[in-house]
Amino acid sequence: MYQQSRLNQNSSNFFQKLKDFDYVLLFCILLLGCISLGTMYSTDGGEILFHTKSHFVKLIIFTFMMFIISFINIKFWFLIGHISYLIVIGLLIWTYFFGIKSSGSQRWIDLYFINLQPSELMKICIILCLAKFFHRKKLENVNSIYTILTSSIIILLPMGLVIVQPDLGTSVLIAISGIAVLWFAGINHKYFVYTMITFLISLPFIISFLQPYQKLRVLTFLNPDRDPLGAGYQIIQSKIAVGSGGIFGKGFLKGTQSYLEFLPEKHTDFIFTLFSEEFGFVGSAFLLLIYAVIIFRIIAIGLSSRSYFAKLFCYSFGAAIFVYITINMSMVLGLLPIVGSPLPIMSYGGSSMLATMAGFGIVMSAKIHRQQSIA
Amino acid sequence: MINSSSDNVKKLNSINRRMFITGTLKFLIMTGIVSRLFFLQVKENKKYLTLSDKNRIREWKLAPVRGEFKDYFGNIIAGNFEAYQLHVIPEQVEDFRYVIYRLKDLLDLSDKEFKKVLKKKNEIKPWETLIVSDNLSWKKFSKINNHLYDLNGVKPVISISRNYPFKENFTHVIGYVSQANEDDIENNQIIKKNFVPGIKIGKIGLEKTFENKLLGTNDIERYEVNAYGRRISQLEFQKGEKGKTLRLTIDTKVQKLANELLKDQAGSICVMDIYTGEIVAMHSSPSFDPNLFVFGISKDDWQVIRNNPMKPLVNKTLQGNYSPGSTIKPIVALSALENGIINTNFTVNCRGHNHPLELYGQTYHCWKKEGHGFMNLRNAMKQSCDTYFYEIARKLGVDRLSETAKKFGLGKEVFGDLFDIEKKGLIPNTIWKKNALGQSWVLGETIITGIGQGYIQTTPIQLCLMTAQIGNGGHKIYPKIIVGDNNKVSPIDKFTPLYKDSKNIKIIQDAMFASTNEVRGTSYRSRIDDTKYQFAGKTGTAQVKKITKKDRELDLKTFEIPYEERDHALYVAYGPYKNPHYAVSVVVEHGGNGSTTAAPMAKELFKLTIDRHLLRQSINDKKYLDI
Repeated sequence: MYQQSRLNQNSSNFFQKLKDFDYVLLFCILLLGCISLGTMYSTDGGEILFHTKSHFVKLIIFTFMMFIISFINIKFWFLIGHISYLIVIGLLIWTYFFGIKSSGSQRWIDLYFINLQPSELMKICIILCLAKFFHRKKLENVNSIYTILTSSIIILLPMGLVIVQPDLGTSVLIAISGIAVLWFAGINHKYFVYTMITFLISLPFIISFLQPYQKLRVLTFLNPDRDPLGAGYQIIQSKIAVGSGGIFGKGFLKGTQSYLEFLPEKHTDFIFTLFSEEFGFVGSAFLLLIYAVIIFRIIAIGLSSRSYFAKLFCYSFGAAIFVYITINMSMVLGLLPIVGSPLPIMSYGGSSMLATMAGFGIVMSAKIHRQQSIA
Repeated sequence: MINSSSDNVKKLNSINRRMFITGTLKFLIMTGIVSRLFFLQVKENKKYLTLSDKNRIREWKLAPVRGEFKDYFGNIIAGNFEAYQLHVIPEQVEDFRYVIYRLKDLLDLSDKEFKKVLKKKNEIKPWETLIVSDNLSWKKFSKINNHLYDLNGVKPVISISRNYPFKENFTHVIGYVSQANEDDIENNQIIKKNFVPGIKIGKIGLEKTFENKLLGTNDIERYEVNAYGRRISQLEFQKGEKGKTLRLTIDTKVQKLANELLKDQAGSICVMDIYTGEIVAMHSSPSFDPNLFVFGISKDDWQVIRNNPMKPLVNKTLQGNYSPGSTIKPIVALSALENGIINTNFTVNCRGHNHPLELYGQTYHCWKKEGHGFMNLRNAMKQSCDTYFYEIARKLGVDRLSETAKKFGLGKEVFGDLFDIEKKGLIPNTIWKKNALGQSWVLGETIITGIGQGYIQTTPIQLCLMTAQIGNGGHKIYPKIIVGDNNKVSPIDKFTPLYKDSKNIKIIQDAMFASTNEVRGTSYRSRIDDTKYQFAGKTGTAQVKKITKKDRELDLKTFEIPYEERDHALYVAYGPYKNPHYAVSVVVEHGGNGSTTAAPMAKELFKLTIDRHLLRQSINDKKYLDI
């Protein structure tokens, strides 16, 4: 009897859940997926080659994964908040010792079927972990020394582990994800201001500790024509690609900059450049609009969520996604120095997509289980 | 519970407030990014489009097709052929040593050639093109093409190169082309503009003079290239303009005859139309094969040409300053007649070597030992009596003589700027000597000027022009060698009379006729009796050293004198006498005697030239365009 009712409840639950799905968000994500596939097809020179195939497979797998995550009660994600963080920390430590070395950095671990980049997962887990951490906190306790110290450690630990890989870009993105949670959790403005001031003062020292290639990137950002064939090459070519796109672009598969291999890293960090070259200002603005809708939906879901954890997660994740997009675009448009940061969903790269899709999944779960309160 | 829920409300208020702030911030940043996109893609679009095209489009210039030279009848005398070349840009080659040794194997380069290539490589800058081989056979060229996969950075190039089918025949007229050097490129903007590695430009002669017209413009190939410079597709092929083809007035047949006549001798032959001034033939001997220079002459070949004692590099027609000898006599006689010094009856007694003309202790001998006896103008010209001309020159004075000589084209360049090597010759007068040598003119110098010795110097082309102007009845003409050179307006003084009294010209013509066609005339043996070919001329024998008393006593035959001391043989003539069309001048260096060496050549030339007169005329009338 009991079992029967539970079963019934479950099955009705399933359709209920399907009904509660955020279809606008889903549509945007799938649309983005399609666009990214088309762009990947273009990077392969108008043929279905390795990148397109691989991207397609990943897109299918991770979309499926997103569905699964979204059907699991938000409570579960709340429960594993700390554990997931610790697991990824463990993975990062594993990476530090046994990771795969490639082009001067040690970022990946070999899982036999996939090369996982734990630092990408950390972008989501740090939000989960901190959201859970602050969920329990009373507002008056939020600004206590203990809270600030603990949360700082939570942020600094993975940052440090990622910096030593070395991967400055991702560690900055992790930090920003973490800081976003702290901000929404209500940590006093003055701490952010202090941190900012300290950061600015210590900037010269930080720069002196940078790797030579990173210093070069900063200098190149300040003056790309300094060394147009060397360090400035990427940013100059990227700007040329975007600028030559014009209002309507050069047309699908007709981006000369990418087709003739002037664009660096066109599959990953510079994928927006290629898209922008082929589809112009109109296409780029449309892509930005999709991202804007996605972020807007994430915030709306957060707004409608009953639990503080879900709210905190959604807002922070929305902010983080926004920052990833902004940093990537600013970088390819010559507004920021080159730091390795992928464009969510669009860029080729399994771990990044895994993390993003997992994030979307949790947001979706928050939507479906928005009435769920977490004690 | 109440407490907790009120805390919850506070927390929610806080988070929503902060959400609002963040949202605003996001909106602002998003606007920033969109405006940046707008700035790059809409406002600065043109700039980046240009940069993008610069990135992807590369131009390749191909060697321009040089204009050809044709003879009067349209035969190509300087044409083009496709040369298969091999270029390497050292900078673009990863492993230069490997490639160059591989090429050595494939091309069977000798060690000497190989060393030359390596030396050349060291001389050029790494981004300049190294021409490994400039004229490959088709077989080797295709072999290289088959091995290209292995020869990164090696470029097989089909270039256009010069070909002179008549070899040495036209060398001194059209010159030759060879690879442009740095000075050539720097000094000529048109060459600079159309420069491609290995371009050939004119070095001497008409090839040089008309460089800008002949050069043409590059074919331009525009390719789309990728970031590594690899050609992806051809976007455009811009056909260059072929250089202008120039048609010369020269008749190849006559030119070839001139070359044969002067075979193994040093000298010059000119044949000119006496009305139009068209050069029918103009040859300087010995000549050399200009094809040797096209791809850079080898050291051995160069030494052979340079060390030839007959100086093949000197264009004797234009550069050779010769004493005109007796060929000046028609001008001396004409000048005397024009100035009223003598009339046709004026007589001088030539008494031979025992009674030479004496002046201030100097003696002036006639060439004839026994003397000519009493000579009037006609006889003196006919037999080339020196004594007679000593006398009239003395009476005439050098200044009046030089005036007439200059009128007839001596002492200045015949072709103006056409050939930069052309010499002026020298027609002396008293003022010239004072200015140039700072000395006063001596009467004795006038006397020897009367027989074309002393300071007086003329080039063979000047003698030809002089004769042509006597032959056409004393009218000024402007020699030309290019047909239909539109840029040059025919000068207004063309055909203006050069005489005061046309009778005087007739007298000279008659005397020249006698010299060739009457018994005891100096060139009587070379006459042609057929009136169709009959010509009138004047021999000349120019001394290259002063004849001493001992020489006179020895009276050696020409072949007994060492080559360098033999007299130059000269002959000028025009014909046919009844209806003259052509003038000829022949100069044979150290040829001995004008009547025995030079005049027979003129006979051959007249035969051929007059035979071809109708054909030439018909081309002019455009009756046969298909020859």
